[in-house]
Amino acid sequence: MDDIKFNKILLFSNALVPLAFLAFDGFRGNLGANPIEFFLRTTGVLTLIFLLVTLAVTPLRKYFGWNSLIKFRRMLGLYAFFYGFLHLITYSIFDKSFDLSAIATDVWQRPFIAVGMLAFFLLIPLAVTSTNGMIKRLGGKNWSKLHKLTYPIAILGVIHFWMIVKSDLKYPFLFAVVLAFLLGYRIYTAYQKPKPIKAN
Amino acid sequence: MANEIKSSEITPESTYLSRRNFIRAGVFAGTTLATGLTYRFFNEPPPKEVVTAEIENIKKSLDAPIEEKLNTFEEITNYNNYYEFSTGKTSVARAAQDFVTRPWTVEVGGLVQKPKVFDIEDLLKFEQEERIYRFRCVEGWSMVIPWVGFPLKKILDAVQPLGSAKYVAFRTFYDGGSSKNPDVKLPSGRNGMQSAFSAGIDLPYVEGLRLDEANHPLTILATGLYGKQMPNQNGAPIRLIVPWKYGFKSIKSIVKITLTEDEPPTTWNIAARNEYGFYSNVNPTVAHPRWSQATERRIGELSSRDTLMFNGYADEVANLYNGMDLKKYF
Repeated sequence: MDDIKFNKILLFSNALVPLAFLAFDGFRGNLGANPIEFFLRTTGVLTLIFLLVTLAVTPLRKYFGWNSLIKFRRMLGLYAFFYGFLHLITYSIFDKSFDLSAIATDVWQRPFIAVGMLAFFLLIPLAVTSTNGMIKRLGGKNWSKLHKLTYPIAILGVIHFWMIVKSDLKYPFLFAVVLAFLLGYRIYTAYQKPKPIKAN
Repeated sequence: MANEIKSSEITPESTYLSRRNFIRAGVFAGTTLATGLTYRFFNEPPPKEVVTAEIENIKKSLDAPIEEKLNTFEEITNYNNYYEFSTGKTSVARAAQDFVTRPWTVEVGGLVQKPKVFDIEDLLKFEQEERIYRFRCVEGWSMVIPWVGFPLKKILDAVQPLGSAKYVAFRTFYDGGSSKNPDVKLPSGRNGMQSAFSAGIDLPYVEGLRLDEANHPLTILATGLYGKQMPNQNGAPIRLIVPWKYGFKSIKSIVKITLTEDEPPTTWNIAARNEYGFYSNVNPTVAHPRWSQATERRIGELSSRDTLMFNGYADEVANLYNGMDLKKYF
């Protein structure tokens, strides 16, 4: 087994650790008095964490030259989708009893639900086009254009979190700062393109 | 060829592979442990239960009995809001462990004939009765809690409000953050309270009721729950309970009660005027701007249930609001 493969397994299993804890605590009735809310909040935060870690790959590669990180980006992105899916499905089943019209009303009347829902629906095409075959079919350029959607998704995700908090904005603020830094880095490097060499 | 490696110096492939597997197993175990510890750091298990003293001679009350299942002591004491200690509902119990609630006095004054400072020990000598009430948080969760306490009216009658008194203002003990605070009894931080900046709301916490709401027989000052003195995290040693209003109206750890002519400022209304009104009666037909109030999750149940008008106390309290537009006075 080469190192890349081993590291992939390492990442895959570590990303499942929070879910294992959730399942273990849930099974033993240790998720606190409101287990649904706890599960909802934890999967939501994990979605944001994986989105931000996915967005950290490019800056880390460029700044430190850690090019092999690119090999793990797809898995990180898919984990963001996975935890986002768990988050949405928990809300749909336990908060809304899977009543689609109640969900539609919520999306219509509650901006923070609409923002979260939009972010999740934008994640779907990215998850669907994450296979090697799809990358080939779309062509590298189109594929990377499409996957620029990650930026608005992450912004919507942080706004979604910000909007639901009552007064203590510590954590939403922390996510916003990290996201601003990661997106800021991209803007900064875009303006730092090498100047054309003068013909001598 | 002095540099030639002797064949005896070459690590056999099997040794090399087993050493590598050994390291990998270590890396695997180490990172998994680190991830698990990180998860636990952010999601601490609840602290050990602190059992408070029994309250004796509790009268079982016949007022507003309800047939719903009581929430457990564990649920009530490990899941609630108390922003002075923490903004996390499951973190309050631990943060409030060192809260010192003796000696304690409640100063009652303002527009009254006989202002008085009550010692908590005297208040505990008032006839205590059990009141089983629904408790509905503005966030959309609810519980059924067996409080112990006495009607607020008893204290108000004792100080004899003047005719000009129209409202009752309440204030919570607070010693966090500022040395200018009027309630400082102990070095800041000793009680585990945090700064107003960390809480994200103005502190000390203040609340208010209309005088007729305060005098209503359902309105109590609670000194305990489940027959025991009030646990720190639930607002020791004495707190307000107004069962037909959202939970944040039921101010905790009261040090001051003032009768006033004008509507007093209230903490969450100051924080967000369009989200939390002065009245804040439980009302499934008036949504919070950011979420619906039509349903609630009863702690201990997985599916949600319908929220009742005035939290199920409409028969007792609806007449207090005759002719008022409850969408305007939310």
